[in-house]
Amino acid sequence: MMYNSRKIITGLVIFVLLVTAPFFLNIGKADEPPEISLDTPIINQLDQKQCIESTEFMRTEHMQMLNKWRDQVVREGQTIYISSSGKEYEMSLENNCFECHSNKSQFCDSCHTYADVKPYCWDCHNDAKGAGL
Amino acid sequence: MDRRDFLKLAAVVGIGGTLAFEGIDKLGAETIEAKRANHTLQPKHWGMVIDIGKFQNAEDFQRVADACHQYHNVPVIDNPNHEVKWIWQEDFEHTFAELESRYLSEEIKTMNYPVLCNHCENPPCVRVCPTKATFKRPDGIVAMDYHRCVGCRFCMAACPFGARSFNFYDPRPFIDRVNPEIPTRTKGVVEKCDFCVERLDKGLNPLCVEASHGGIIFGDLDDPDSEVRQVLKENFFIRRKVELGTGPNVFYIFRGGEDIA
Repeated sequence: MMYNSRKIITGLVIFVLLVTAPFFLNIGKADEPPEISLDTPIINQLDQKQCIESTEFMRTEHMQMLNKWRDQVVREGQTIYISSSGKEYEMSLENNCFECHSNKSQFCDSCHTYADVKPYCWDCHNDAKGAGL
Repeated sequence: MDRRDFLKLAAVVGIGGTLAFEGIDKLGAETIEAKRANHTLQPKHWGMVIDIGKFQNAEDFQRVADACHQYHNVPVIDNPNHEVKWIWQEDFEHTFAELESRYLSEEIKTMNYPVLCNHCENPPCVRVCPTKATFKRPDGIVAMDYHRCVGCRFCMAACPFGARSFNFYDPRPFIDRVNPEIPTRTKGVVEKCDFCVERLDKGLNPLCVEASHGGIIFGDLDDPDSEVRQVLKENFFIRRKVELGTGPNVFYIFRGGEDIA
């Protein structure tokens, strides 16, 4: 027979309830999805609100794309990206991406914060054309 | 239509269709390939000639250094142990140590000289870099990939020209006005002159050349008709520490001495 079984079992029940409390308390409450703002002066002027590739592609692949860009620009000296539609773009955060997406805190950060990723791009690259510095 | 004719027609349509689609695909691929080829680096050999005669007073140096440092977001740190510099002035002894002689004219000995990364033929910094963060481009520029730099500072120990600076601090608080077109660096990486690669890619001259009022000439050393080659043909030139065999690509000429006297 177990000694002090009543205390131990009560203690265990309380412990399990305490540890699993966050799950019970949050059941059915989905976290708000991030709000991504495209409300910048340049984007508002565009007739066709289209990034350099499709939105789905940019959403899932922009990190791989930027990783490739940095090697191509810095190491291979290629500065022009030719999109799948054949259009040419400068491979540059400062002189291409941030031209339209000049609202880092409402665009880049909203997703990055939600997903809890901390890209170190901003250690060197100037957000929002230097306005945030 | 009998069976025979139908089979013939099917064969013609099938073969024709395949060829047509392949052709279209190839055409599309070719134009994109051709576009890419246009943007790959053309082999060149960038070199710089500095006319010492045009660097007579502190203002001449300051104008050139400011143009470079402000554009490239180089932090202004006063402590000489921690300062960051891409182009700066150095006295005779530190510029041309091997030419030191007690019979040298006082004027030459007391002058200052503009110095920067020499973008060497055999760059020792590239050889010692453990991560290939610094590397030589096909056009001769010794470039830095700040993403890869781990801050070991081997390159600083290897460079005989002292052309490299280490970021002991986050540089941003030390930058007066950030140029939004150029990234800053971060704490813990080494930086140096890059011959303004991003300007060269657009067909522009490096900023120091533009700010020097003709004191710095820049161009392709492989092209016998380029301005640098013409200037080197017409003037006696020296380079810094050639005896070390690194093959510096920055040349110094003494021209226009009579204008100053």
